[in-house]
Amino acid sequence: MSGDLLFGVELAVSGLLVGVMYSLVALGFVLIFKSSGIFNFAQGAMTLFAALALVGFLPRLGMGVSILAVLAVMVALAFAVERVVLRPLVARPPLALFMATIGLGFFLEGLAQAIWGTQPKGLDIGIPDTPYVVGGLLLSRLDLAGAAAAGVLVLGLIVFFQKTTLGLGLRAVSDDHEAALSVGIPLGRAWAVTWAIAGVVAVVAGVLWGSRLGVQFSLSLVALKALPVLIIGGIESIPGAILAGLIVGAAERLAGGFIDPLVGGGVKDFSPYLLAMIFLIFRPYGLFGREIIERV
Amino acid sequence: MKGSSPTPLLKVNNIEVIYDHVILVLKGVSLEVPEGGIVALLGANGAGKSTTLKAISNLLRVERGEVTKGTIEFAGERIERKDAAAVVQRGVVQVMEGRRVFEHLTVEENLLTGAYSRRDGRSVKQDLDRVYSYFPKLAARRSIKAGYVSGGEQQMLAIGRGFMARPRLMLLDEPSMGLAPMLVREIFDIVARLNREEKVAILLAEQNAAGALRLVQYGYVMESGRVVLDGEASKLRDNEDVKEFYLGLTGVGQRKSYRDVKHYRRRKRWLS
Repeated sequence: MSGDLLFGVELAVSGLLVGVMYSLVALGFVLIFKSSGIFNFAQGAMTLFAALALVGFLPRLGMGVSILAVLAVMVALAFAVERVVLRPLVARPPLALFMATIGLGFFLEGLAQAIWGTQPKGLDIGIPDTPYVVGGLLLSRLDLAGAAAAGVLVLGLIVFFQKTTLGLGLRAVSDDHEAALSVGIPLGRAWAVTWAIAGVVAVVAGVLWGSRLGVQFSLSLVALKALPVLIIGGIESIPGAILAGLIVGAAERLAGGFIDPLVGGGVKDFSPYLLAMIFLIFRPYGLFGREIIERV
Repeated sequence: MKGSSPTPLLKVNNIEVIYDHVILVLKGVSLEVPEGGIVALLGANGAGKSTTLKAISNLLRVERGEVTKGTIEFAGERIERKDAAAVVQRGVVQVMEGRRVFEHLTVEENLLTGAYSRRDGRSVKQDLDRVYSYFPKLAARRSIKAGYVSGGEQQMLAIGRGFMARPRLMLLDEPSMGLAPMLVREIFDIVARLNREEKVAILLAEQNAAGALRLVQYGYVMESGRVVLDGEASKLRDNEDVKEFYLGLTGVGQRKSYRDVKHYRRRKRWLS
């Protein structure tokens, strides 16, 4: 029994650590949806793009400079996207923008592979994949580092959105972008900044997932894992993305550890989606989805 | 005000606005607002009042509208091609129809967004206090989400938020909409004080012609995308057409008797 319990705790903890990384991918979606009401289909491609760019820069520039270079590339990309894709589509139906992000996704995947090649590459960020042993629990160093990086990023984002003028402006834009425009918040720049932040998130996600899975095309599919996270957490909530990521990570591992042996496997893979469906039925806005304020 | 001051603060000169490249909404609108003046833009639903204001503040672009002819000058500078944020920085703020507060931000955060384009941190704090002194109700609610305060308070918040940009000209779009008469009077009073004490010029679009004409010095009447009549507020109040169609009065100071409506229907003179 105590063996089972220890096994369960170990699964849960490792699930939580992986969950943080799901949160990270979901966060990119949340940021863009919050500020512009667009479901950014290209978030996965941005993650792949960032990871491929990093691997491409590494041999010449070294780790520190490479990361800075990739961040610069993603910020430049955000401003280009605002100029070329978003600005001409202002005041178009949301579906048009959604379609545009699908196009953008394919474009980025193609561009990244055209520049840096299609071969899967390893990404070594200098953290050995040997576990720590804490009180009988095995904890992966890579997972711990990932969780720590994600935590720092999220704290930074919360401070940015709550405490800075630019963050206040972005929250105003996410509430009512026409009214934001009427008080002099430049909409184009606000969107560009949001996409830049989503780009930075993509860099962090790309580095962490790339070091775990290798940098290859399937990295852009990690975004699919973000879907149940978004549904459970609420597509407009940063805390929701974090908590839901943890839930999805833990649920996946626990289902894999306890239910799969009984039924012959497979539950691990669909358990996040099952959970998301249950949420859609009973709490369609998710845990922290934006309350719709209605005055009567 | 035709031919009054040498250069008015705002001069809208014969503008034409087209939505979506095909729908002609304004067909040659001209109007002026003098420095520190207070001017009304009257007319029924769909007359083009909101479009005129949005043409000035350039909120048209996000609705796929465009000023295709004519000019808009603010303080001597052409602004009809400037984007909305640039117009705000020059000192023109629109308070949009329907209040449009940021519902998920607190009252105080809403006010601070109004100062977004300013870089003078210390006087922002002072202006915040000033807004609270004009609207004491807002002070009591400063940390409540704006979506939860009453309609009147939201309208005050929208005006206060506009004031936080320290504009030289405020464009108010239907501030009386959906509010109880007492609240309308309170809001109109505060608008008059902002005009008098803070020297903010006001261009007020209103369907509530009676209320607006008590407040302003000068008025323009719009219909179907045109200005059909303009004049001193006192003259407009006495104008037979305005009385008939906007004030609901026939004889001097008399309420309209609906018994007469069947037999006598006044023609709008400006249409002939």
